[in-house]
Amino acid sequence: MDPLFQFLLRLGDNTLVLGHRVSEWCGHSPVLEEDIALANTALDMIGQTQLWLGLAGEVEGKGRSADDLAFLRDAWDFRNVLLVELPNGDFGQTMMRQFLFDAWNVTMLGKLMKSSDQRVADIAEKASKEAAYHVERSGDTVVGLGDGTPESHARMQAALDYLWPYVGEMFASDEVDAAMVKAGIAPDPSSLRDEYDALVTRVLTEATLTKPDSKYAHKGGRTGYMHTEHLGHLLTSMQWLQRAYPGAKW
Amino acid sequence: MYAQLIKTARSGITPRDEMTDQEREFQDRIDRNEKIEPKDWMPDDYRATLIRQIGQHAHSEVVGQLPEGNWITRAPTLERKAILLAKVQDEAGHGLYLYSAAETLGESRDELVRLLHEGRMKYSSIFNYPTLNWADIGAVGWLVDGAAIVNQVALQRTSYGPYSRAMVRICKEESFHARQGYHAIMQMAFGTPAQKQMAQDALNRLWFPAMMMFGPHDSDSTHSEQSMAWKIKVKSNDELRQQFVDQTIPQIEYLGLDLPEPGIKWNEERGHYDFSDPDWDEFMDVIRGNGPCNVDRLAARQKAWDDGEWVRDGLMAHAKKKAAKLAAE
Ligand SMILES: [Fe+2]
Ligand SMILES: [Fe+2]
Ligand SMILES: [Fe+2]
Repeated sequence: MDPLFQFLLRLGDNTLVLGHRVSEWCGHSPVLEEDIALANTALDMIGQTQLWLGLAGEVEGKGRSADDLAFLRDAWDFRNVLLVELPNGDFGQTMMRQFLFDAWNVTMLGKLMKSSDQRVADIAEKASKEAAYHVERSGDTVVGLGDGTPESHARMQAALDYLWPYVGEMFASDEVDAAMVKAGIAPDPSSLRDEYDALVTRVLTEATLTKPDSKYAHKGGRTGYMHTEHLGHLLTSMQWLQRAYPGAKW
Repeated sequence: MYAQLIKTARSGITPRDEMTDQEREFQDRIDRNEKIEPKDWMPDDYRATLIRQIGQHAHSEVVGQLPEGNWITRAPTLERKAILLAKVQDEAGHGLYLYSAAETLGESRDELVRLLHEGRMKYSSIFNYPTLNWADIGAVGWLVDGAAIVNQVALQRTSYGPYSRAMVRICKEESFHARQGYHAIMQMAFGTPAQKQMAQDALNRLWFPAMMMFGPHDSDSTHSEQSMAWKIKVKSNDELRQQFVDQTIPQIEYLGLDLPEPGIKWNEERGHYDFSDPDWDEFMDVIRGNGPCNVDRLAARQKAWDDGEWVRDGLMAHAKKKAAKLAAE
């Protein structure tokens, strides 16, 4: 498979799946302002998905649209990291997951703005403005809840402990990444780690949370080799109408 | 409407010669179409009635997220998902402006929410009906936002300044929602036979509940008179319902869908469409809490509130710590 196509699927599937997860909160969040903010985050994620998967379809050259890619692939063809497909859990887990992803996304997009592929650079430029806002918001929430009450602190620490083993996958490199580096399209993900760690450490410290020692990283999402059991359920609802009524226009 | 059966906090209308000087002056301002502002004197009953109406409207916006949220994860295209997310985000925003408008009358959002959860305040009956197929999402935009607009365009002229201004802002967004909803239904009405069937099913199921949004007949609406005199209410239930029917029937015909009930006929003499009454007993059942979704909707809101308590407490505690730190520096 074309490495650029693979690479774009990874970006687009991350935002698709995370946007879907965040949208599950609609009308159920702790306070009206959060309903608005979560809907807004999901909306931005879906917007970025349209751009990444739209370009992926173009690069693939088989006439598949962003919708075809989102709604008509099965789980094994998804290339998102495992982190974003994990269930929402409580609000703290959702916001911790968001922060851990946003911090990666904003770092990655910053580099992609200088991509040798102008189409990638243009999308990154647009998306990075949103990502900067997202990471500020999710970071503030992590700080507010980490350094809030004993209960909110304990919940945020539990969320971090649960999610931390899924962070490493965002920095794993393989032959797709090597091809991107060679073409000057994207950086090696492992090269982003220091910048990411600096950002995350600053926020977690302010949040009085302890970064787990474990270096263990679950993986299998971005290669498509082995997703979690959660992804299939997500796709079941997301793809239902397109699957049940093939060819219909909506 | 989003505010139905609002009990005016006064029975009957006060005759002019029984008003105090202050009340008479207040009524004169209203009759001159002046806006009443938060710091102005107002009768207690005017204030209380407005709080009920604005509060109920706000609750409707918030609870209204649930039937639409029911389909966000199943939206059939990325574009439709984005449109629906943006709409639901707008509705939550409307809730926020309206709670703020109620706050200018001295009633806090927390208190209004508490009354909602205790079942002592209502939200629009329409949101106690389920959304069962994707066309319902189109139909909600087209019919429910459509009906809301008919009412809210009139309310832009309401006498209370902050409420009137909130309506101006909200109406712009509601019109956008109604257009997008109609477009979604159009896509289905002109689509495959299965899609057309979904559109027809949504129309048939939501038609009478949309009619009910305007509230009972004027003749059965005991509390309207004083609210009309105060221009808290601007047009009567029956006037607004007729306006809605007249604008919607041609749209149904354009879609090539069957009319949702056999009583709909053009009446040359009146220059309006005739139509059948919804089942007003069913309406009263829904208002009393026995609609198909009342229990689930309220439970969902209550759960969101309860589950969110630690979050609100945590953020509040943090804000206090931060303020204390700043003060110490
Ligand atoms: Fe609204
Ligand atoms: Fe409204
Ligand atoms: Fe709306």
